[in-house]
Amino acid sequence: MRHVIDKRVPAHPVPVIRISRLTKSYGHGDATVHALRGPSRPGTDEPEGVSLDIEQGDYVAVMGSSGSGKSTLMNILGCLDVPTSGRYLLDGIDVGHLDEQQLSLVRNRKIGFVFQSFNLVPRTTALAQVELPLAYAGVRAAERRRRAMAALSLVGLGERAGHKPNQLSGGQQQRVAVARALVTAPALLLADEPTGNLDSRSTEEVLALIDGLNATGRTVVLITHEDEVARHAKRVLRLVDGQIVSDVRQAPVDGPPPVLSPAGVMA
Amino acid sequence: MILWQTLRFAAGGLIANKVRSALTMLGVLIGVASVILLLAVGNGSSQAVKESITSLGTNSLTVSTGSAFGGARSVASGSVKKLTVADAKALASDGDSAAIRSVAPVVTTSTTALYGNISYSPGSVVGTYPAYFETANQKVAHGDYFTDDDVLGSRKVAVLGATTAKQLFDAEDPVGKKIVLGGTPFTVVGVLQAKGGSGFTDPDDVVIAPLPTVQNAFTGFGAVNQILVQASSADTTTAAQSEITRVLLGTHAIADPAKADFRITNQASLLTARESTTKTFTVLLGAVAAISLLVGGIGITNIMLVTVTERTREIGIRKALGAPRAVILGQFLTESTLLSVIGAGLGVAAGIAGSHFSIVGIKPVVIPESVLGAFGIAVAIGLFFGSYPANRAASLRPIDALRHE
Repeated sequence: MRHVIDKRVPAHPVPVIRISRLTKSYGHGDATVHALRGPSRPGTDEPEGVSLDIEQGDYVAVMGSSGSGKSTLMNILGCLDVPTSGRYLLDGIDVGHLDEQQLSLVRNRKIGFVFQSFNLVPRTTALAQVELPLAYAGVRAAERRRRAMAALSLVGLGERAGHKPNQLSGGQQQRVAVARALVTAPALLLADEPTGNLDSRSTEEVLALIDGLNATGRTVVLITHEDEVARHAKRVLRLVDGQIVSDVRQAPVDGPPPVLSPAGVMA
Repeated sequence: MILWQTLRFAAGGLIANKVRSALTMLGVLIGVASVILLLAVGNGSSQAVKESITSLGTNSLTVSTGSAFGGARSVASGSVKKLTVADAKALASDGDSAAIRSVAPVVTTSTTALYGNISYSPGSVVGTYPAYFETANQKVAHGDYFTDDDVLGSRKVAVLGATTAKQLFDAEDPVGKKIVLGGTPFTVVGVLQAKGGSGFTDPDDVVIAPLPTVQNAFTGFGAVNQILVQASSADTTTAAQSEITRVLLGTHAIADPAKADFRITNQASLLTARESTTKTFTVLLGAVAAISLLVGGIGITNIMLVTVTERTREIGIRKALGAPRAVILGQFLTESTLLSVIGAGLGVAAGIAGSHFSIVGIKPVVIPESVLGAFGIAVAIGLFFGSYPANRAASLRPIDALRHE
């Protein structure tokens, strides 16, 4: 993989995510719903779009109630959905100009997903789940197995590599999903309410994993509506009706995540 | 992605829904098996007809009374002359005829045969000349034919067909024994080889005796039923046919060949006619089978559409993980092709197994091309009918697929 984790902070690093004037709307005419709109243009009701930079190594929590547009933002950031207008640069690449084939390559190489509902492939062992993105990337079987096992060990599930989703608890399933997301060493980890379906103990386990990943330099964007979860992030964005209404930095980009830092910064 | 991986995913998908996959395969299985089996039945019946006709001798010609355009008109015009022994003699004595090898007039009757206290009615009692045996492809298995001397002497001798011999004598040796036919005692001189029956009449249920003896005892010395002519070879049957026409027009004093009061049947032409009939039969059977194969293919489409709908979410997950379009397409195509390949393979096995049993009295003969063809078409159907659902799966937008409930 090309993404060497660089602990030094360059003078002007290329942001991992740069979106400018991004809008997403559904429907036509009067029935148009703007899921992402940003501030209105001065003097009109036209949406100007959301603009946002996320730097390498940052840990961003996007908060908002349901319908605030946070999931739409997440889908666009993950190249699962296309914006109605605006530009999206992922790792310096303008995603808007890519075709379906190239998009699948981007999803495979640059993004790791963790979903609220785990989204594991049914009837497939944990090891095969984690191997899947590597298989799509064309990694050879032996190498694939080695890396998948390493990722599973990292999330503490090395013993359960042969288990299928229905033989794993919710927390374990989500840890498999985390292993699957990190196995390709992507530039960006996208987590959509990763703890939404988990009990408090599993929540702590999964968040600890994500904190650990960020501590080793991985950029994380996490969507949540729980303050407890947002406490783990270095930067918290609040979305209301498709607009960013607050942007709070809780810890420096180049430091460890707040929960892991010795000071134990509280929001 | 590696082929092996794709195959494993596809097999996994099929195993996950065992009953559904099995029923879909059953559709293809029935289609392929019926193509193979029905074509084999058609082929078998065509071969049976061919054999029964060639067993009569392909270079034999049968002359019988009646117009070539149907008997009724000639009867109405009152000009019908029955075939006689004289006609046969005229044909036999026709010097420049190289095409005609032998001639045998035939009378047929039926009567009851008695041996000891056993009474049996053979299918037919035939009176003819010794040439009949060769022309009609009748070979003696045991004993001997009767001779020209027997004919000249009007001797009361008879050759029995295999069925008749079995009915009258069972395990006893009939040769040299005396049987009573319609009150006249006959000495059995030979038993014919069994020809085996095809169709409704048993060619082995027959008693053959010298012509004058039968005429004297049963039919009288008038007309004969048929004149059996043997051409010198299968190639000269046409020449022999025109020769017979010329001679008989002469003896019957008919100037216009269109008004001929006799009819010549050529075994070879009969064979061709029957062959084309059975060919039509085979094609019809094949068409029915092909339809069932098509229905099996539609079954694949149907089940694959269900599978794609059911697994939309899974497709979404795979796309989110970066599966290219081709991989998703390949996965579902492999699945549908696997269904058709396994179904077709089992169908071939079932078809070949089924062809070992005789069906409505016909022994099926498997056509090798039909096996390859049916298998190939089934696999192609799997690819073709699977491509629509697979395409649908591959072109799903990841976000729609992931949100699918």
